[in-house]
Amino acid sequence: MSTHAQAVPHRYPNASKSHVPARAVKLGPVSVAPPDRARSTQVSKVGLRDICLSYRTQTGERLLALDHINLEVRAGEFLCIVGPSGCGKSTLLHLIAGLQAQTSGEVLIDGRPVEGPGTDRILIFQEHGLFPWLTVAENVEFGMKMKGVPKTERQEKMRHYLRLVHLAKFERSYIHQLSGGMRQRVAIARALATEPDVLLMDEPFAALDAQTRDLLHDELERIWSETGRTIIFVTHNVREAVRLGDRVVLLTFRPGRVKTEFPVSLPRPRALEDPEVALAARAVLDELRDEINRSLEAEYSAGVKPHIEPGDHA
Amino acid sequence: MKRAARYVIFYAALLALWTLLAELKIWPPYLFPTPWSVGEALYAGFQDHTYWIAIRVSMTRVLIGYGISVVLGMILGLGVASNKFLEETMGGLLVSLQSLPSICWWPLALLWFGLNQNAILFVVIMGSLLSVTLAMEDGRKQMPKIFGQAGRNLGAKGFKLFWYVLLPASLPFIVSGLKQGWAFAWRSLITAEMLYLSLGLGQVLMMGRDLNDMSAVIAVMLLIIAIGYVVDGVVFKGMERHLQNKWGLAPAN
Repeated sequence: MSTHAQAVPHRYPNASKSHVPARAVKLGPVSVAPPDRARSTQVSKVGLRDICLSYRTQTGERLLALDHINLEVRAGEFLCIVGPSGCGKSTLLHLIAGLQAQTSGEVLIDGRPVEGPGTDRILIFQEHGLFPWLTVAENVEFGMKMKGVPKTERQEKMRHYLRLVHLAKFERSYIHQLSGGMRQRVAIARALATEPDVLLMDEPFAALDAQTRDLLHDELERIWSETGRTIIFVTHNVREAVRLGDRVVLLTFRPGRVKTEFPVSLPRPRALEDPEVALAARAVLDELRDEINRSLEAEYSAGVKPHIEPGDHA
Repeated sequence: MKRAARYVIFYAALLALWTLLAELKIWPPYLFPTPWSVGEALYAGFQDHTYWIAIRVSMTRVLIGYGISVVLGMILGLGVASNKFLEETMGGLLVSLQSLPSICWWPLALLWFGLNQNAILFVVIMGSLLSVTLAMEDGRKQMPKIFGQAGRNLGAKGFKLFWYVLLPASLPFIVSGLKQGWAFAWRSLITAEMLYLSLGLGQVLMMGRDLNDMSAVIAVMLLIIAIGYVVDGVVFKGMERHLQNKWGLAPAN
């Protein structure tokens, strides 16, 4: 809970300044100030408190991957995290999912600290997260089966969520028979079927072609508004982040710190090619560029590829 | 069709060569019998139930021994793969133990268990356990980490995680090891049975030698080959094909 020295001034881009002042006030430059903070703890679904993660490299030196990350995510919020490769954004999702432990700090879900994985937070991977030995239906039912949900109820829900992602006809297919876009829709259905409060998405559309990605953006936005889930979405694509998010958080290059938060209050549904989206993305990109340059400098000066922390395939 | 024709031609030629050599009587018939007398021996063996009983006894033994190997090997392999200390220490030991022919365990088994079926089972287990363990260890390492993470994320843990995620995820990587384990188990069983009166196929084979009945010897050898081939071709090929269909892997050949 304690504030810390690394707290960075929160700025917001010109594009959204004029739009909805109410949100801009809430997430504006003073969002770390106590009164606002107290309010946000009441409603925050996911809270990250002074998260630090360091690990030992193969040469034996300690490397700080995440440095005092503080974030509050409201219930039902669509939060996007962007940053250069190696900023630890994927690792952050693994921490929230409980698949990895932070060195210090706390991940809170509804105010309770996370201890290991739980089906209230489901992570959707970039690729290959589905089980190839199971059919589409069995994949979607998997989480419920682990929970011990009776078969008839499981099948009912499986059908419901497959309809939601428009894959009702592919129940019996195996994963390798589907296209990349269909696979990610199955992954979304599988995640939703366990009825999680929080969806964690780790560059889920990075490996897809542009058209498929556009379609999935629309679908995800629709599903999000229909189900009211909280979504934390990691990407290196700034436009994607602005197109989808209520708020975009920019992380710095190693060690990962929250550099800037950008509230995005553009009306929905949005499209990737909206001029407002482009404009808002521009503001984020300007800040991101410094970090990308830093990451490239590190890469060139070291003469080798930067060390990517485990779990981060950004 | 063409392939079947090639098979027929090849085996017909082989039989013809065999018949020719036997009919030329370069070696006396009691050392080099004709295919017909081997066929007669086979028929007689099945007729008086000797071979049926031998097959049943041997198959039961190999199934028990191999089954124990698979279960133990999977546990051991998983343990070795998921623990750095075990991997460094046991890993090397397992590889070096594999160079030991399984029948070398026979004297030890005799002293531990006495001259009985348990000694045979022990040799079978020692013969196949190592290849299953090594296959499982390797499969666990080759298996993409993401499956385990996804499984834990969806609420699988402990035995459920192993049974519903880790095991099926590693199957394509361990199926060849399981197959090898089966082959070792089968060979070890026949070897052990040959050393001890035990009703199995190995003993029937030795009985042929004792009776100086070369036709029976060859008949039993053919049986042993046939059973090994059928299990490999039906059980393991079927399993591989099944996995390929599910995973969408290209056929191995």
